Amino acid sequence: MKFSLLSLARQALKGHQGWPEQWRSPEPKSAYDAVIVGAGGHGLATAYYMAKEHGMRNIAVLEKGWLGGGNTGRNTTIIRSNYLWEPSEAIYGHAHTLWGGLSQELNYNVMFSPRGVMLIAHSHHDAQSFKRHIYANRLAGTQNEWLTPQQAKEFCPLLNIDASIRYPIVGAALQRKGGTARHDAVAWGYARGASRLGVDIIENCEVKGINRDPSGAVSGLETTRGPIATRKIGVVAAGNTSVIMAMAGVRMPLESFPLQALVSEPLKPVMPCVVMSNTIHAYMSQSDKGELVIGAGMDGYTSYSQMGGLHIATQTLEAICEMFPTVSRLRMLRNWGGIVDTTPDRSPIISKTPVPGLFVNCGWGTGGFKATPGSGHVFAHQVATGEPHPINAPFTLDRFRTGGLINEAAAAAVAH
Amino acid sequence: MLLIRCPYCEMERPEVEFRYAGEAHLVRPLNPAAASDEEWSAFLYLRANDKGLHAERWRHAVGCGRYFNCLRDTISDKISATYKAGEARPPIS
Repeated sequence: MKFSLLSLARQALKGHQGWPEQWRSPEPKSAYDAVIVGAGGHGLATAYYMAKEHGMRNIAVLEKGWLGGGNTGRNTTIIRSNYLWEPSEAIYGHAHTLWGGLSQELNYNVMFSPRGVMLIAHSHHDAQSFKRHIYANRLAGTQNEWLTPQQAKEFCPLLNIDASIRYPIVGAALQRKGGTARHDAVAWGYARGASRLGVDIIENCEVKGINRDPSGAVSGLETTRGPIATRKIGVVAAGNTSVIMAMAGVRMPLESFPLQALVSEPLKPVMPCVVMSNTIHAYMSQSDKGELVIGAGMDGYTSYSQMGGLHIATQTLEAICEMFPTVSRLRMLRNWGGIVDTTPDRSPIISKTPVPGLFVNCGWGTGGFKATPGSGHVFAHQVATGEPHPINAPFTLDRFRTGGLINEAAAAAVAH
Repeated sequence: MLLIRCPYCEMERPEVEFRYAGEAHLVRPLNPAAASDEEWSAFLYLRANDKGLHAERWRHAVGCGRYFNCLRDTISDKISATYKAGEARPPIS
């Protein structure tokens, strides 16, 4: 059913009893043309574009838990594209363009809100680094501008620009068309879109093994819901990518770390934009429900526990209270962790692998949500055609052998 | 916060005294000039990223300052052993 004013009126007259399920929950078939492992935003977007743009309808998305229950449902929903290097500007810019029309594309309100993302500079080094980004972005046609502390406060009146604080604010880089979107709606919208095009989305189906034929190419998967034959597998498993890839004997340049976030009790609108501080690890925006959404830093050690140390969240809240003293009495409602897969150069891997038929989209680290539409779009091309889309061509697995790294680690300081 | 026993100080101390230093028992190519790109890639970048028991290095940064090894379950974060650098991995599975 297409969502429209007409369908809303029709359902209202029927007491909203006639809304159909938004996607099917089929039993897995014994064989598919391609299988995507992981029903998060990136995996579902991949399946959607494979079906829509490459005509592949006999495909499945396998999910060990529930749809969008991993990092898609745990991130702080920040969207921006002002990265330093050209390959990064291309892929995040591609995603940013797709975000603009995504609600119309999916006939699903993903609540993309380009309210502005402001990165705070706290030192001379920060200011130099951010200005370097701004000049690089200007050359690439990516929007990004420098603000003085006074201009930053005009843009976000909650900000404390007093020179007496421990890490005074010396300026900010603002991407006005950056913003947020509703993370669950992104997963649901892509799932609904993919399902309508014939994609089977199979939840509670954990991959236990990857089968290969005598030539070494993939021939299928072992799952908790039985074996599935396929010649093409796209692994989009975020923090669990190393585990899945090990089933095919591929060792990955990945480490999985807990990343925490928190939300406060709901407030009336107080926060007009997204504020990020990489230097003191504090990220804050306000959701449409009114909760302040706060991102913390990564824990220091690898883990799959989906929770982190309280001292990490504490440090973030201390930083938030200093930058936004107004909110210091707020109570936090929830604190959780997600497992993020980080690469040595802090750029993603969207690539074929040494195993024929096995493709991987991973390494988004602490900042993958913003890339969801672009990532799915180019990875669909990679899996469907076997060859990379020009935008994901630099993001190979092989770059860790050739040395062609895309160093956003130094470029983005720490976080995304 | 983890409680970690430093095998040099022989004390259990809070995690904030330590710095994580990645996977343990990675061996640098003995003859660097002769090592292939694949060997360098494996040493520099490829990691087991174990889900379960993981051998890793920590440094007692604000204690003795020394590196040591640790066996930790990455699902429960429970530490089963810490041991000095250069010692073999304890037979725990």
